[in-house]
Amino acid sequence: MNIIKTLALGAGLSGLLLSAAYAEGLQGKVIGFSQIGSESGWRAAETSVTKAVATELGIDLKFADAQQKQENQIKAIRGFIAQGVDAILVAPVVATGWEEVLTEAKEANIPVVLLDRGIEGPEDLYLTSVASDQVKEGRVAGEWLVNAVADKQCNVVELQGTVGSSPAINRKQGFEEALAGKANLAIIRSQTGDFTRSKGKEVMEGFLKAEGGGANICAVYAHNDDMAVGAIQAIKDAGLKPGTDILVVSIDAVPDIFAAMVAGEANATVELTPNMAGPAFEALDAYLNGGTVPAKFIITESKLYTPADDPQGEYDRRKGLGY
Amino acid sequence: MTRPTVDLRPASLPPNPSPRPLITQLARPQVMALAAVLLVNWLLFPGFFSITWQDGRFFGSLIDVLNRGAPVAILAIGMTAVIATKGVDLSVGAVMAISGAVAAVLVTNGVSAPVAVLAALGAGLLCGLWNGILVTVLEIQPIIATLVLMVAGRGLAQLITEGTIVTFSDPVLIFIGTGSFLGFPMPVVIALVLMLAATLIVRRTALGLLIEAVGVNRSAARFAGLSANALLLIVYTFAGLCAAIAGLIVAGDIRGADANNAGLWLELDAILAVVIGGTSLMGGRFSIPMAVLGAVIIQAMNTGILISGFSPQFNLVVKSAVIIVILVLQSPLMAQAFRRRPSATPSKPGTQE
Repeated sequence: MNIIKTLALGAGLSGLLLSAAYAEGLQGKVIGFSQIGSESGWRAAETSVTKAVATELGIDLKFADAQQKQENQIKAIRGFIAQGVDAILVAPVVATGWEEVLTEAKEANIPVVLLDRGIEGPEDLYLTSVASDQVKEGRVAGEWLVNAVADKQCNVVELQGTVGSSPAINRKQGFEEALAGKANLAIIRSQTGDFTRSKGKEVMEGFLKAEGGGANICAVYAHNDDMAVGAIQAIKDAGLKPGTDILVVSIDAVPDIFAAMVAGEANATVELTPNMAGPAFEALDAYLNGGTVPAKFIITESKLYTPADDPQGEYDRRKGLGY
Repeated sequence: MTRPTVDLRPASLPPNPSPRPLITQLARPQVMALAAVLLVNWLLFPGFFSITWQDGRFFGSLIDVLNRGAPVAILAIGMTAVIATKGVDLSVGAVMAISGAVAAVLVTNGVSAPVAVLAALGAGLLCGLWNGILVTVLEIQPIIATLVLMVAGRGLAQLITEGTIVTFSDPVLIFIGTGSFLGFPMPVVIALVLMLAATLIVRRTALGLLIEAVGVNRSAARFAGLSANALLLIVYTFAGLCAAIAGLIVAGDIRGADANNAGLWLELDAILAVVIGGTSLMGGRFSIPMAVLGAVIIQAMNTGILISGFSPQFNLVVKSAVIIVILVLQSPLMAQAFRRRPSATPSKPGTQE
């Protein structure tokens, strides 16, 4: 099983990595990576992609899993500083409380790159941060829907993420921005599905009942793919065809949404790339070898995938990444 | 809610010649609360009570309430027994995750579905037994003893699934979560059968009486010759089994084992269902059907919020407001106020509300 996984990982990465031209520069460098933990499939994929990219670039990656605790991350970073690593990657579990340990890294002249989450504090404490733009993700999803329905009247139901979480707020905002001014599109219902499959299914069941058995619903927008997968099952249970009777658009690009696309049950997903480390290594390479200071905030691409983008291939490529 | 009394007669087995009239049964605060919640749901959404026949099964919001409430109802059945012994089981949500993970990983590795189901139930039994041993042999307080598995159990489930959502297409497992029997969803059927079986077992044998005795005073029960430890082991193991069944349902429902989220916080819903059902956390007199009714009330509320179209920020506020009202209605103070009604015959002491 492990061999298959490794093979799949290798195959998947060649697709994910855009270029390895800058690779030579980081050969043999020691880089510490303090990861939050493995609380979600995406996080596990980020870890495995980071490790694989590092192997490909010949980096000696020191990996530390913090198990969702900041004190473990601080300990790990202190450990990296003591070992005299060339650079440190941190996926910060919380936004505050980093000044002291990052100042220590700065005094030791070790560049720090933040992955996928930001921190509150002076910007000179870290070299750069690599993250996705969640508002843009929502906007890309919304723009797809605007184009897909053209001039038709379309009632949209929305499955929000956990109330108050930043992806839920931002992905909602981006989607609404894309729909602004389009008279034929309206969000008629919006509820939280807590980012989970079972809640996504339950909420969608409620929506379907409340909207004439689904007759009034033209599309469902889910803040993540897992809720969309749940919603697809609810639509099928109601005797409708997901993807045809009700359009399904979501965010994240996890393997199972591609499986749904293969079956014709999902229409579009926006990728939250697990390859945050690629741009980070690129920036570190330019900085360590050329002295080029990168932009403070590197935004990853929010790529749209539809059934036209080889969903079977994407599924196979991602399956082994630990999602 | 009655205070634990020394009166050890089982609640729903009054061998006295005059059974409680239907009207007092219906006047219970739980039944009134359910009626009120359903009424509000109907006002918010006129189609709430409409049930149609679709693809060989009933289809409608009311069916959704029962179907979605089934996992918590099943947890509540096991939880009632535990709480009646003055204990509590915080680990049932994590045990759900473990059971789903075991079943999903086994079927995806080619094990036949019946074996996978048995293994999942076995895992639940083991988890319950572990809790029981911590409570009886090591004499750890139940809230702490089961907290261990609540925290570690989810990690265990994540280890089993290797941190991913393990999806499966096994028809048997999917049937447990989404199939139907006589037009009713399988989860509802399972919950109903389990409720009837458990109620019959505790009320037609001395088991219910013994559980209440241990809950009211464990030492006194032991001195009276009861094997309190064996009883506690049985009760916690049963709670583990119930959790495993709920875990299978939840996994079958989404065709996958989601170790991170399956059963998350459902232990609290189950405890709430038991409390709404009128069983005291101090142990003693308990009622399994009322706990199941409590679970249905909670789910009726959840479903109502979903179809009401409120913004999700209000979900928890609405839910807590309704629960406060229900608990106030059940409080001893209100119960007394109801009893003082002139027309009502003075109720016998020790009779449940």
